[in-house]
Parts: sequence; C-alpha cells; structure tokens
Amino acid sequence: MPEQTEIRTTERAAPPPPAPPATSDAAVIRDALGVGVAVGLSGFAFGVTSAGVGLSLLQTCALSLLVFTGASQFALVGALAAGGNPLTAAAGAFFLGARNAFYGLRLSAVLGYRSTVKPFAAHWVIDETSAVTLAQPDRRTARLGFTVTGLTLYVLWNLTTLVGALGAEALGDTEAWGLDAAGPAVFLALLAPMLKDTVERVAAGLAVVLVMVTLPLLPTGVPVLISALAAPAVLVVQGRRERAKEAGTAQEPGAVPAGPAAPPARPDGAPDSRTATKEDRA
Amino acid sequence: MSVWIAIAVTAVGCYLVKYLGLAAPAGVLERPLVKRLAALLPVALLAALTAQQTFSDGSHLMLDAKAAGVAAATVALVLRAPFLLVVGVAVAVTAGVRALGG
Repeated sequence: MPEQTEIRTTERAAPPPPAPPATSDAAVIRDALGVGVAVGLSGFAFGVTSAGVGLSLLQTCALSLLVFTGASQFALVGALAAGGNPLTAAAGAFFLGARNAFYGLRLSAVLGYRSTVKPFAAHWVIDETSAVTLAQPDRRTARLGFTVTGLTLYVLWNLTTLVGALGAEALGDTEAWGLDAAGPAVFLALLAPMLKDTVERVAAGLAVVLVMVTLPLLPTGVPVLISALAAPAVLVVQGRRERAKEAGTAQEPGAVPAGPAAPPARPDGAPDSRTATKEDRA
Repeated sequence: MSVWIAIAVTAVGCYLVKYLGLAAPAGVLERPLVKRLAALLPVALLAALTAQQTFSDGSHLMLDAKAAGVAAATVALVLRAPFLLVVGVAVAVTAGVRALGG
C-alpha cells in the first residue's frame, strides 16, 4: 500500500481556490468507493466481452491484473476479435493508455510520493483514480482518495473480470443486457465535472468532432490520439487571446495586437459563446 | 500465442506510460504550458472516448441503443446523480431499448 504518513504543508504553485469546505475523510472515502464500485462493476462487462470474443480465462484475467486501464483492455480485445495483428492491436491499446502519462504528470505534484513509492503507485494511475484524487483540496485527502479508489477499483475490477469471464456463457448475448453502455457512461461521468470553463468545453467538442471524422478512416486507437490534438489547438488559441489582453495593459511590447480573436472552432453546444463573452468582459 | 504477445506488449507499454508520467522530473511541471496541456488532454481524450464508444464499434460509425443509454446518463449527470446511478441508468436504458427492438 503506497500510503505515507508524512504530511507536508501544501506548497502549491497555483493560488488556492476560494476556501473550499473542509473535506472530511468520510466524504473522500465515500466518493472513492462510489467510483471504485461503479467502475469495478464494469469489469464484469470487460470479462464478459473478453471471454465472449474467445480469449481464455487466464488471458482475460491477465489483462485486468497487468494492464489495468479499462479503455485499453476493451480496445485490445476488440482489435484481436476483429482479427488484428497482435502488435497493431497492442499499439491501439497503448495509444489509448498514453493518456495516463498525463494524469501521472498532474498526480505527481498533488500526491508527492517518494521515488521508491512511485513504481507501485504508477499501476493505479488511471482515469478514475485521477478524477477522485485531483478533486481533493489537499495532499492528505488526495493520497487518501488515490489509495482508496485504487485499491477498491483494482480488487473489484479483477474480481468482476473473473466473474464476467466465467459467466459469459451463462449470460448469452451481453449486449442484450446493455453492458456495452457502461464504458461510455463511465467516461462521460468522469468528463462531466471537468467541463467547467469554455476552454474545457471547446476542447471536448473539438475532440468529439475529430474522433468522429477520423474514426472510419484510421486504424483502431489512432482516432482517439488524433482527437487529443484538440487540447494543444485550444491552448494555442487561448494563448493568443491572453497575449492580446496583456498587450492591452501594455505589459508585453511584442505581443500580438489586440483585436477580436478568432472564435475557436465550436462544433456544437450553445452556451460556449455566451460564456466566452462573459469571460472577455471580466 | 499471438494473443499473449499482444497482452505482454500492452501490459508493459501501459505500465511504462503510467510510470513515465508519475516519475517525470518536477521541472517539467513548472512550465505553465505543460501544466495546462496536462489538464486539458484528459478532457479531450475522455470526450473522444465517450463519443467513440457511444457511436461506433471501434472502427465504424453506428447509431444504436447505446446512444439512448448514454443520453439517459447525460440527463442523470445534469440532475447530479451519483456515479453508480449514472452508469446503471445507461446500462438499464440500453438494455430496455434493445428489448423493445431499438
């Protein structure tokens, strides 16, 4: 268990948010268990799917034990079922898993684990643990959230994978049970609290457009990577706007001249432009 | 055998990227652009994954009962339902629509 007792006073670079209500340990554990249980249950869907496309019980369980990042696991068995070459299938799964590196980048500062603990903690760096951990106000609760979510999820995900693989035959058609909707619902529930500002919403919208357009054209796994380009694209536009603002306050002589910055490509969703206007006035 | 190769490559690759992120030197994090990119990338990726898993089978676009399930999950999220309920609603509505022949 990569838990440390040492508690450092927070030394965050960013100014603290306006006095969030103190989060009790019980609340952190409740959130962590909620995520852990929900996603753990979707391990059942993975076990059923994997066994359903012909992977052995051992192979199915090895994936959950060793890969432990759901989207990659689903991508791998999907690609193998489609008759993909093992390395191409693995590449798709790897590309999906590459996002965990960026979760790790953020978690590293928040959790502040020693370098001896990191190799163990790394296995639990996934969407769900990141979402719970990054929602915590300080390092102590962040570590608590990370540990409880990671442990709950790891144990349940592997148990339910086993049960799902064993039960695949008994269940028959898993899609009839709607279990294939668990994955996207999990992603959506993780995404929702992140869509706070215009920048996040525009990036999400742009990513959706990119993945939908490239999905029929490119090999499995690649469209999701292409969609990640939405993030730097939106940041470039935002950066230009900020430089324009700074130029307005005469702090940066070489800045891009102020002017109506081109509105970022916004594929859908009405409220964005209004929010943007509000922000610009602020 | 080829399945085991795929599993081994995926397991090693996925572990290494997780570790890479967590073990990256602190200096990397001090750059504001990297910070903002690291914060925004999961947003783009989760949005893309949601869309991909809702409207495709991995390589082809399609519209089926899953879309109804995810739409119901969206409503549940707007109503601030807890995580488990959101996923449960998606599964139940998808199963229901399929049962009705959707």
